Amino acid sequence: MQEILQYLFSGITSGAIYAIIAVGLCLLYNSTELINFAHGEFVMLGAMGLVTLWVHCELPLPVAFVITVAGVSLFGLVFERFAIRTVKTPDPIVLVIITVGASILMRGGAMLIWGKDPMGTPTFTDLPPLELGGAMLLFQSVWILLAALVLCLALHLFFTRTLRGKAMAACAISRKAAWLAGIPAEGMILLSFMMSTGAGAVAGIFIAPVTMSSYDMGTMLGLKGFCAAMIGGLGSLWGALAGGFLLGILEAMGVGLVSSGLKDAVAFLLLLLILYVRPGGLFRATEAARF
Amino acid sequence: MTGNHTAESATAGKTATVIRYAVLFTVVLMAGAFVENPYYLQVLTFIGLNVILALGLNLLMGYAGQISLGHAAFYGIGAYGTGILTANYGISPWAALILAVLLAVIIAYLVGVPTLKLSGYYLGMGTLGFGMIVHILIREWASVTGGASGLVGIPSLSLGAISFESPRNYYLLVWFTVLAVIEICRRIVCSRMGRALRSIHDSENASRAVGVNTSDLKLKVFVLSAALAALAGFFYAHFVSFISPESFGFIASVRMVTMVVIGGMASIWGALFGAVLLTVLPEVLHSFADFEMVVYGMILITVMIFMPQGLTRGVIDIYERSKKGKLQ
Amino acid sequence: MIRTSITGPIARMAAILLAAALLIAPAASAADTYKIGGLFSSTGRASFLGDPEKKTMEMVVEAINAGGGIDGHMIEAIIYDTEGDPGKAVSGVNKLLHKDRVLAIVGPSTTPTTLAVISFAQKARVPLISCAAGIKITTPVKPWIFKTAQSDVLAVAAVYRKMKAEGVKSVGILTVANAFGESGRTQLLDQAKANGIEVARAESFGAKDTDMTAQLTKIRTANPDAIVCWGTNPGPAVVAKNAAQLKLTIPIYQSHGVASPKFIELAGPASEKMRLPTGKILVHELLDDSDPQKAVLASYVADYEKTYQMPVSGFGGYAYDAMRILEKALAGTNGDRKKLRDNIENLTGYVGTTGTFNFSASDHNGLGEDAFVMVEIKDGTWQVLH
Repeated sequence: MQEILQYLFSGITSGAIYAIIAVGLCLLYNSTELINFAHGEFVMLGAMGLVTLWVHCELPLPVAFVITVAGVSLFGLVFERFAIRTVKTPDPIVLVIITVGASILMRGGAMLIWGKDPMGTPTFTDLPPLELGGAMLLFQSVWILLAALVLCLALHLFFTRTLRGKAMAACAISRKAAWLAGIPAEGMILLSFMMSTGAGAVAGIFIAPVTMSSYDMGTMLGLKGFCAAMIGGLGSLWGALAGGFLLGILEAMGVGLVSSGLKDAVAFLLLLLILYVRPGGLFRATEAARF
Repeated sequence: MTGNHTAESATAGKTATVIRYAVLFTVVLMAGAFVENPYYLQVLTFIGLNVILALGLNLLMGYAGQISLGHAAFYGIGAYGTGILTANYGISPWAALILAVLLAVIIAYLVGVPTLKLSGYYLGMGTLGFGMIVHILIREWASVTGGASGLVGIPSLSLGAISFESPRNYYLLVWFTVLAVIEICRRIVCSRMGRALRSIHDSENASRAVGVNTSDLKLKVFVLSAALAALAGFFYAHFVSFISPESFGFIASVRMVTMVVIGGMASIWGALFGAVLLTVLPEVLHSFADFEMVVYGMILITVMIFMPQGLTRGVIDIYERSKKGKLQ
Repeated sequence: MIRTSITGPIARMAAILLAAALLIAPAASAADTYKIGGLFSSTGRASFLGDPEKKTMEMVVEAINAGGGIDGHMIEAIIYDTEGDPGKAVSGVNKLLHKDRVLAIVGPSTTPTTLAVISFAQKARVPLISCAAGIKITTPVKPWIFKTAQSDVLAVAAVYRKMKAEGVKSVGILTVANAFGESGRTQLLDQAKANGIEVARAESFGAKDTDMTAQLTKIRTANPDAIVCWGTNPGPAVVAKNAAQLKLTIPIYQSHGVASPKFIELAGPASEKMRLPTGKILVHELLDDSDPQKAVLASYVADYEKTYQMPVSGFGGYAYDAMRILEKALAGTNGDRKKLRDNIENLTGYVGTTGTFNFSASDHNGLGEDAFVMVEIKDGTWQVLH
């Protein structure tokens, strides 16, 4: 019994990581119907930013946090302006390849800037792991979980309560109609890019103490993030959250109860299953209830 | 979409095509006759392999308009199929070739049926997921594939008295196959099937409305491109005699897509160009190894933004535009 | 929408193919220089191996040239990056063999990249000294292929020897899903019985995985006396942290893949009490003065740290030994590859950073048990176990 509980906690740890990444991805899709294959690299940038500012420059944590998120969001702005908006033919193929190209570029750049070695970050607090029925949960995982929840909640409130948020939602539902109502589509898309990449940076910052940061950490995390977002259903932020946890737990259960070799395969098998059987995801949201 | 349909008479078009292929054929033969250095022969052989890969994927992405981010899986199935059968079971490579391609075809069919129903991003993710699963399977099924440590001892090829072990003979073998594949692709593209494919690319609903069996056609092209990828994998395995899962992962799939994209989708010559460029580029960039990823990424982004029809079409367009400018 | 015009494509196509066929002609090289090729994974996931190896080779070549070269011949190092990709390794080795026409090759850094290039070096009859550990490289012996890295056979043997001495009867093993981990796993399974040890559980993890508590929990249910983790950074660091988090008290052994200060930096206090086999370079300051390797190691470490302003890594030593072996073997050959190969094969008693090398016709690795010492991490630093 204790083992199952530990597998569950393992699952929650990885799941929280996938969830917080998936939320950022979902956010962008909701506003622009674009899937950013480079999202994992923005997460990586967040983690690297934290390492540089908090560990090497020894700035206080909140300062490092703000600067990193701001910096990555700015980079998201540049990305949108130069790589996305300039595209004349917004074919899915074209956009997919652009974002894939961007992820390769960012990875190469990160390797040149930060080198090839992995880097560690201390956890945010020195609190001991939580113990429940003999199973342990790292406290940093609790922070990741909380960050994911807060992020989701904040975004939810943004989209449902603030005027700008509602404008962004309107843009996603119908760009023409929103334009008729006087909402500047281009500005909205830019904002959603910045928010999504910022969310990615937040994810990177929180997960850095648990994973090790390196220039190539983004690939696998990004891929698993997509799987999580797809599982939960690309239309809904809470779905992405749930999808992340579900993926993490199923992976851990798979390792514990079946075999550790096929751990990575779990994510992609689930992805294919969802795509074939229920492409809207498990928590298929209707148009109105998107956010 | 830009692009002029230069309407030439049928005979002029046919002559042009014949000349083009004759030139290619001659160049291939001359290179085979005069290039002595095994290193250059090896680069040319790799170009040939990549052309086969690019042609298959080009049919799928360029003509049928379906994106595949996991095609390295079929490349791997071809390579490992023949590798396992020849190295572990001592089966003749030519029999292994047929079996490996058959395996790729069957798997492509099984995967294609549900996956091709998806569209746009979902299709991309579905193929990506499939590619990753095959990669993981190759890596974990160590008892059969040798696992992450790879598969050694893949024999070289020979047909009767002719041995293909020397770099020159292997180069000729691969390139004759390439020429045959180009011919096959050209026939498909110029046939009814080719026109139907292009109509799917332009608008799937419209083509369905005029009675084109889109799902059937997409599946056929998917299976064909998988077979070609497996063929390339066969040649790769017997060339290097050692294969390992690293060569068949996500990065390999991205490289294949890059070749097609850069060369220009919906263009056989574009596929050739893309394959040549992307095989030669890393060789030239050897000295800038650290910058390779940055350069690759920049190329992908720039080409896609400014010349989404690919470098070939983009350069032709610029040339045509400048010509028009001169006339005015 | 296919173009049917005659211009452009044909000319371009022919030009490209011919250009590709001829590439850039290599500049005529001085007849006096000895060209030595290097193939390292200086980028990619094995860069922690390839990068120090490349730097070491360049450093040694410069030192040799500063001392007047070998028999008056200067050495030119031509180094290509394999990126840890066997396909790139193949094109790199062909470039070295047939375009640059090198006398010998140092590297590659990993076992898969080495296995990919062996047949080419053999066919071209050019000596290759690999820096990779896999036993398949030198067993069975291939006339032109050598290696300077210790086999995992020896590493596992060292670990099991210590365990046997501590009375360990059952182990749980946790290996990374790549060639290094797989090779370790094979050795751990093969050598267990002979040491009276039973493998209770064998689990694996991915190189970039972020959490291994599930695997550790699964191993714990089998109640082993010790755990062996076989991988390279950062995975084992995560395992160490997870083990501390789960409050595991059973001793944990790591592999020589993490024999570097990086591991302690990544794992932090969780690395305390972990034991692993390592080449002596890591603990060279703690060696007895009577140890013949101490002087060699001290000079290598001092040179490296002075030249590159960064701490030395245990893995660069493989390239150091390879280059110094070549230096010794090239003397008197006047560039004859066959003589070079024979000289390497007949080299005995060469004290290197990895151990004392004794090559022979049946042994192209040349290392013995002195290639490894067992160390334990205490207070954030290494302590030699005897």
